[in-house]
Order: sequence, then C-alpha cells, then structure tokens
Amino acid sequence: MIAAHVVGALAFLVLRGAPARWVGAFLALIAGVFAILSSLRVLLSGISLAFAVSLSLPALALTFKLDPLGAVFLLLIGAVTIPVALFSIGYTAGHGAGGSAGMAGFMLHLFLLSMSLVVLAANVFTFLFFWETMSLASYFLVISENQDGETLSAGRWYAGMAHVSFGLIASALLIAALDTEAMGFDAIRNLAPAPELKSTIFILAFLGFGSKAGLVPLHVWLPKAHPAAPSHVSALMSGVMVKMGVYGIVRVGLDLLHGGPPWWGGLILTIGAASALIGVLYALMEQDLKRLLAYSTVENVGIVLMGVGLGFLFKSYNLLSLASLAMVAGFYHSLNHGLFKGLLFLGAGAVAQATGTRDMEKMGGLIRRMPQTASFFLVGSAAISALPPLNGFASEWMIFQSLLAGVRVPHPFTAALMAVAVGVLALTGGLAAACFVKAFGISFLAIPRSERAEQAHEAGGTMRAGMLILSSACVLLGVLPIAVTSLLSHSVDHLPGFAQVVPEPRPGAAEWGFGLKMQVPGSLSTISPAMLALILVTIMTAVLIGIRLLRVNRALRLGETWGCGRVVQTARMEYTSTAFAEPLRRVFGALFRPAQDVMIDFHPESKYFVQSIQYRRVIRTWFEEFLYEPLFRGIQGFAGVGRWIQSGSVHWYIAYVFIVLLTLLLIARWM
Amino acid sequence: MAGEYSVVSLFSKIWRTGCVTEPLDPHSQRPLEIARQIEAKTKNILGRSLAIREVDAGSCNGCEIEITGLTSPVYDAERFGVHFVASPRHADLLLVTGPVTRNMEVPLRKTWEATPDPKVVVAVGDCAQTCGVFQGSYAIAGGVDKVIPVDVFIPGCPPEPADILLGILRALDRFPSKH
Amino acid sequence: MAPYLLELAQCLFALTLAPGLTGFLRWIKARLQGRTGASPLQPYRDLRRLFRQEVILSTNASWIFRFTPFIVFSSVVAVSFMIPLVAAPLPFDAIGDLMVVVYLLLLGTFFLALAGLDPGSAFGGMGASREMTVAALAEPTIAVAIFGLGVSAGSTNLGQIVAGTLSRPSETFSPGHLLAFAAIFIVMLAEAGRLPVDNPSTHLELTMIHEAMILEYSGRYLAMLEWAAQIKLLVFFSLLANVFVPWGVAVVLTPGAIALAWLALIAKLGFLAVVVAVLETRVAKLRLFRVPELLSVSFLLALLAVTTSFLVR
Repeated sequence: MIAAHVVGALAFLVLRGAPARWVGAFLALIAGVFAILSSLRVLLSGISLAFAVSLSLPALALTFKLDPLGAVFLLLIGAVTIPVALFSIGYTAGHGAGGSAGMAGFMLHLFLLSMSLVVLAANVFTFLFFWETMSLASYFLVISENQDGETLSAGRWYAGMAHVSFGLIASALLIAALDTEAMGFDAIRNLAPAPELKSTIFILAFLGFGSKAGLVPLHVWLPKAHPAAPSHVSALMSGVMVKMGVYGIVRVGLDLLHGGPPWWGGLILTIGAASALIGVLYALMEQDLKRLLAYSTVENVGIVLMGVGLGFLFKSYNLLSLASLAMVAGFYHSLNHGLFKGLLFLGAGAVAQATGTRDMEKMGGLIRRMPQTASFFLVGSAAISALPPLNGFASEWMIFQSLLAGVRVPHPFTAALMAVAVGVLALTGGLAAACFVKAFGISFLAIPRSERAEQAHEAGGTMRAGMLILSSACVLLGVLPIAVTSLLSHSVDHLPGFAQVVPEPRPGAAEWGFGLKMQVPGSLSTISPAMLALILVTIMTAVLIGIRLLRVNRALRLGETWGCGRVVQTARMEYTSTAFAEPLRRVFGALFRPAQDVMIDFHPESKYFVQSIQYRRVIRTWFEEFLYEPLFRGIQGFAGVGRWIQSGSVHWYIAYVFIVLLTLLLIARWM
Repeated sequence: MAGEYSVVSLFSKIWRTGCVTEPLDPHSQRPLEIARQIEAKTKNILGRSLAIREVDAGSCNGCEIEITGLTSPVYDAERFGVHFVASPRHADLLLVTGPVTRNMEVPLRKTWEATPDPKVVVAVGDCAQTCGVFQGSYAIAGGVDKVIPVDVFIPGCPPEPADILLGILRALDRFPSKH
Repeated sequence: MAPYLLELAQCLFALTLAPGLTGFLRWIKARLQGRTGASPLQPYRDLRRLFRQEVILSTNASWIFRFTPFIVFSSVVAVSFMIPLVAAPLPFDAIGDLMVVVYLLLLGTFFLALAGLDPGSAFGGMGASREMTVAALAEPTIAVAIFGLGVSAGSTNLGQIVAGTLSRPSETFSPGHLLAFAAIFIVMLAEAGRLPVDNPSTHLELTMIHEAMILEYSGRYLAMLEWAAQIKLLVFFSLLANVFVPWGVAVVLTPGAIALAWLALIAKLGFLAVVVAVLETRVAKLRLFRVPELLSVSFLLALLAVTTSFLVR
C-alpha cells in the first residue's frame, strides 16, 4: 500500500521540462520518506507487508512482500534517496532541460523504483524483472552525463558484466525454484534441495550477486561505471546498488537456502577480505577523485561481506547468537557505507562541477572556496576511515569483535584464519585512512593547482542540504549506534533458523547510556561512542578555557608558509597525490607492478643542464590484464568461428533449427 | 659479531669513557661564571629553554664548524637548555653566520619573518658584522644588520664555541622583560 | 566517587608526567653519549617557552591547521582516561576498549597528516605521506596483538585484560604474551616516532616523519602538539608496562594498593625509558623503505603470538 503510493508518485515525472527537477526531486523525497517509514514499521513490528499484482500465470505474477530483511535494505535506499534527491536539484541544473535531462530524470526514478522493488520482490520472476530494470536504468544513467569514448566504454563494461551477473543470478534462482509451482520465495524456502544442488545454487548466486557488489575479481566494471555516471547517480550506485548484491547473497544464501556448509561462509569471508584489501590499495593509487571513491566501494563491500561471511560461518556451526552479531555488523556497515559513500560522492560531484575536473592533481585550496562542501567531505572522509566517534568506527568495531568471537568456532584452522582476517581488516582500515587523508588533503587543502580550482565557488543550497543530511546521519549513527543495531537485529531474528536465538546476547545498551556492548558467550566488550564524543568535546573545551585562563600568548600573525626561504611558493611545490601514495606504492610494488618511464631532455650543449623531465607511471590493473583480456581474446576467437556459422543464408538457418530440434529430442529421449 | 662494533664493546666503551662534557673554555678564567650566568639568565627569561635556528647567510663554514661544537659532548649546549631546531617556526633565536650574499638576502629576511616573537638575532663571526675578506664583493649584500635587526654580534674568525655561548647569553638580555 | 577521582588523577598524572618521561629518556641518552645533557625537566621549560611565543599562521592554511592541535591533544588525553595506569577496571573502561584507544590515536594522526598538507609546503606533504604509510602498516600488528589479548582475556576492554592477566599470573611469561609484547614494542617505536623508524631529534627535513608535519607549527599550537606526542609516548609505555606486566596494578581501591600501583607504574615507565634510550644509542635510523620490513616482522610476531596462544589453549 505504501509502496503503491511510491509507485504512483514516481511515474509521472516524465511530463515536465524545467520544473521537472523540483517536482521529480520532491517526489523522490516523498518516496524516500515512505521507504524509511515502511521499513521502520516492519523492523519495529516484525510483521511483513505483502501485496501482489496478479497476472494469469502464477509464475509471472508480480508479488511483493516487505519482510524485515528487505526492510533493512529499503531503509538504506530511503536514507540515501532523500539527500540525493535534494542534491540532484542543484546538481542537474547545469545539465540543461533538454530531452536527455528529462530522460535521465526518468531513468533515475525508474532506477530508484526498481531497486526498492528488488528488495520487495517475493518471487523469482518479480525479482529478476526488477533486477534487470535496475541494471538497465543504471546503465542509461551511466552514459547520460557525457557520451565520450571513456564513458561509453565504461557503459559497455557495465552492461556486459551486469548481464553476466544477471545470467548467473537467473540460473541460480531458476534452479532453486525448479520444483515450485509459482516460483515464490516462500515456496523455495520450504524446499530442501540436496546439498550438492544447494551449493551449486549458492555458487551461481554468489558469483552473480558478487559481481553486482563489486567483489574482486568481478569488480572491474565498478571503478569504470561509477565515476562515469552523474555524481548523484554514483552516490546511489556506490552507496546503495552494490548493496543489492549483498542483499542477494543474504537472501539466497541464508533465507532461501537456510545457510550451508562452513566453506560458504569461509568463501564469502575470504573473498570479502581480498576485496577489502585490493580495493583500498587501488583506491590509494588513484588520482581521479571519483574513481578513488569507486575503488573504496570495493573495499567497503568487502568489509560488509566479511561480516556477512562470518554470519554464514557461525550459522553453519550453529553458533546462532554469534551469527546474529556478525550479520548485524555487516548490515550496519552497509548502512553506514551507504551514508558516507553517498556523502563523499555528492561532495566529489560538487567539487567536480565547481572545478570542471575529477583529477585531484588539478584541485587544491577548495576548503577556502567551498568551505561547507569541504567540511561535509571531511566528515565523510573521517567516517570512512573508521575514526571514532563516527559511524564507520562503530560498525568496523563490531566486525572486529565478531572476528574475535570467531575463535569459538570448533575448528582450529578457521579460528586461526580469524587472526589473519583481523590483520587484513586493520591494514585495510589504516590504508583507508591514508587514502582519505590523500583524497581530502590533496583536493581541498593548500594552494589551488589549476585556474579552475582557483575560481571554484561553493555548491548550491540544495546540494549543500543533501550533504548536510548525510553528514549529520554519519555523526548520529556513529554516536548512537545502539539505536540502529537493535533495529537491525530484528531483521536477523526473522531469518529462518534464527528465531530460537535468545534475545540476551546481542548488542545492547551498556550501562553507559548509549553504549555499544558486544556480549558473546564468555566474552564481553563495550564501547560508548556517545561518551567518547562527550569526553573529546569536554577536553577540547577545557583546553580552550585553559588557554584563556593561563598566561598563554594568544597572539597570532599571518605569514608565508616556511619553505627554507625560497622566494615564491607555487602550487607546483606542493605534494601531489601521486607523491603522497608513493611510499605505499613501493611497499606494495609487487602487486602494482608499476610501469615507469622517465624521459629527460638535456640541453643541446651539455648533458649537465636538464631542459625537461617527463615522468610517467602506470599502475597495472592486474585483473583486467590477466583475467579479462585473455577471456576477451578467447571470446573473440570463438566469435570468429561463430561468424562462419552466421552465413546469412536462410537454408542454413533452417538447417540449424532442424539440428537443434533433433538434438533436443535426442537429449529428451536419452534423459 | 666480534670486534669493536659489538654491542658489548660499544656500551663498555660508553661506560669507560663516562661524561666528557667540560666546563666552558678551560683556558678562560671564568668558565663557571659564564655557565652560572647563562643558567641564571635563561632561567629568568625563558625558563632555561632556548631554541636556535641557525642560518648560514653565505659563510665560509668556519663558523658552522664552531657552532657544531656547541652540540658536541665536550661543549654540550643542551645542558643550559639551549638546543637547535629544524624550523624557524620553532625557534626564538636566529644564529646568523657569514656575510649576507645577494642570493641569501631574501631567504634571511624570510627566515626572520618566519620566526615567532619574542625573538632575538645573534650574528656570529667577523663576516656577519663587517663582511670580512668578502667586503666589497659584487656578490655580497652587506652585513647581517643590513638585512635584519641584529641584537648581538659575536666577533672572531671564527669565534670559539665558548664565545658563541657567551654571545647567546648577552642576547638574552634583549628579550622583553615581561617574558 | 573514588573510582572517578582516580580516573581524573590518572589523566592528570599522564598530563603532568609525560614531559618528564621524555626528558628522562633524553637525559639517559645524553649520558650514554657522554654528555651532561639537559635536565629531565627541560621539556617542561620548552613547553612553557612555546606557550609564551606567538603563533605564525601560514596564509595558505585553513581552519584544519588551527583545529588539529586541539583534536590531537584531546584524543591523547581521552586515551589517558581509558588506559589502566594504576587500577583496573575503572568505570571509564567501558567507554573505550583497546580498539578505541588505537583508533583515537589514529584520529590524531589523521588530522596531523591533514595539517601537514594544509600549508602547501613540500615538507609537510612528505611528512604526512610517510606518517600515514607507517601508521597504516603498523595497524595490522596492533589489531592482531589486540586479538591475541582479547582471546585470552575474553574482552578487548583494557581493564578486563589487565585484571585477567593478574588473575592468571603464569600467563605473564607465556610465549604468546612475550611475542605479543615484542610486536607491540616495535609498533610503539614506530608510532611514537622513535629510532629506528623516525629520529625525534633530526634536523634534516628529508629524513623526517613526524617532525616534518609540524615544521609549520609555532607557539601554543606547537606546544600542544609536542605535549600530545609526549603523552602518546607515555600511553604506549603504560600499555606495554601494564597490559603485559600488570604487576602492581591495583585491583581493589585501598590507599595502600593504589600507592603501590603508582610506585610500580613509575618504576616500570623508568625502566622502559632506559631500555628505549639504550636501544636508541645502539641502532641507527632505518631507511624509509626498510621500515615496512621491520613492521612486517612485528606483524609476524603478533601472528605467531596468536597462534601460540591457540596451541597452548
């Protein structure tokens, strides 16, 4: 019913021209509010909402059901939609009001709608239908901003990968639903497929959803497609759409298949950890601000899946309360990531619009020209670097604690694996901090590196409002984690097999008011971000007062930056983003295998006078080079054979049809 | 790892050598007096803490060698709370050597501007005052006081470390009394 | 009420004793170099001098530069509330565990690195880049060591860990414990900017890590950053002293036990200062690209610590 309202409200965007931006954004806003309200209702009450649009064929009916698991992700969609809608009003103003802008607006709504309905879908057909709509809509959004070669190539990569993943998901779900009449999720849930079949379904689904979530090595499309899209769409794609992959993995793995053997969880955990580390390492090397954020999405999805993988693992050892904790940690981080990554992409969009570039080496000094955007971006950077008391810290802390609890798994190897996973998580956290010091420091601080950056001006009011909402949410969710985790734990309780979890050992209110308490059998750890924030603020105030009261010299004089007495300071003397990442590039040189060219032009008369030095360094994207390129070559070779078959002659085609029919009959007979 | 660089031999040598710091200038009649004066002055004026930024404005490096002597175990300026720092921002005393060359004129002024108040300037060596043998060279902008206000000149070519310490002591008088 | 007062006393202790600890360390080093050296009280005098000097602000710097000293100082002071200096567990223990301590310190590093980039000087950028590299590579060691401690104590809250180790005295010298100690010791050298990772008394900009970021600071801001660095050293020393060798830490809040705890703490801090001073006399600074190797050694030690604690279990 509420969702129906959303549907109706969204549909008529297409009609208008100039005021369409406002109307469209307003409607998206309403939709977001309703999404949040309905998901909160489901999460609080635990009662699912269901409705259906029936067609004659039961398998092709559109049935919807909002259960607590879906509600978590609907909450995420709603929470990111609202600020993004606000932001888009100002952001798309520069895009003109032509047909393509209207088309982009329509696609945006279609995209939002289909994402919500993917989460609501209650049978295979509905799910696949809206999944494909989501992919197509986002594909059009990716190529909507400009149509240069890079964007189109990004679009092609995206479309290709999206369809490979769709194929995998479709086959997984269809195999799962083979024995049911209406292919409803409820019916699938009641099946008990053979273990081998279950694992096949899971692997197919994991690969399919994992590609959507941007897991290594299926992530290659993500750092191409996300930056190419308009920034508010990037925010949605990175903040929300990749989580649909997470949703899919949980929905199929834990809900429909009731979990599986321990290696499922181990697989998710390992791939998650690998994605986290590789994602952040590539992010660190980027100098394109939006692509940096896209790689960081790979990292964060990896972290989310570490939590989810642990959940699977604990579930298979029947450590239900631990599983519940780990799942909540994963969900919490995916919600948090939606907020801060949304924020960062909006910030990057505002910056890119103001400076006309996404290249950090051409930015700088923006904190003076766009002070508010800079502050919001700083909040996002601190949150994504897991700095307390912001939300990123709270969820990473929970994942860490879940890993700590992992030693209770009655399998020494798995337990020891946890220590390595902790190391990877911590390294990822440290590298993310380095990465975002670079992202914020190089783009916003010091002297502008280009004329455009020098003339940049603050983003419009609606854009800032969007970012304000997200950064407040980052602070709020960080300081009051308990409000969210208790809500999220409802969703886990309703997964099959979790109902018998005793309510006691879950993140609960610590004695310190709004604390976060991780209590697992035999172990107890607590933190209280709210008190922490309070202490920090108190100390800072005390220091300020102390400076005033004591005999401290409060004189302040402006002067040049100290540069050992050099005559002028120019932007070329600043540390660049490449230079900033250089030590880490060397440390991880084995992974990056950078190709390096130094070209020195000497003075014609003496080689001791250098006229110019050119330095070029290329980080190799291994996965593309060694995995995808041979694959493409193989496909192309295969297609070459295929071309021979495609003769264009009707006779031959009839012959093909005949051969196929014959083969099918033979197979049917033989089976 | 045998031989003179092993851990044991290093520390046994440290033990055998002991403290080699000498009272100021053994030839002078007033080593302890200077030391006490410096201690008392710095105690009153800056709580016995003085941070020095050394600026070579074009010297022949003779003065630098003597200044380096201040940080050696023998002279050990640190016992008086005097230490050298890496940035004029951290300093309150500029120790300038040499005649100011044209190339160093701007950097010297910038260093002076980069040093927070209260601060004093001590010019070390004859060159810093009179340009010494470099006087009249086309490459020289003049003495240190042509570029920045100097509080104390320390004569000598080069002055001994003890003289430099004495000069630093005299400069301390120039700090505003309220500090 | 008493626990809260003790909490406050701990914080004040960290604030007041930190410069003295650094001064003591420097004094020992001076003696080992055959010098009279500055008195151990010198850092207090340096701080007082800095607080009385004016601040020079770069025209390129933004509010980040002015805000950083406050956040760096506050984060280390907040940490001093959460570590068990004399008694365990204290009430504030529930606010932050060891992870919070580590990430609060990272919060300070994060802002310090930003402040290094802010004035646009190449030195600052260099320092920021190196500091973040070292911090990122030190992170896994710390986390795995925390993991090891957390596994044996059943909690990552410091008070629980200390109380747990105290109740099982034999664990103090278990191989896992010793390995974890070695790992954290190396990380401490890196994080506190000591030799062989960073030379705290260098004047060469090109070899600096921590110092390069604060080259631009002056006056009271510099004083706050220096003080914070000194507290950070004290925090790391106390962690090493009390988490791994918790002898003397008061479990009951009687005056006698607390007095003993203060004495034990000061003795342990002094001992560690001597150890570090001797080490710094002996070793030379590593080249920057050798530092990751040292840190991976520490990571390996931490991993071994966890593995042995599994084996022993």
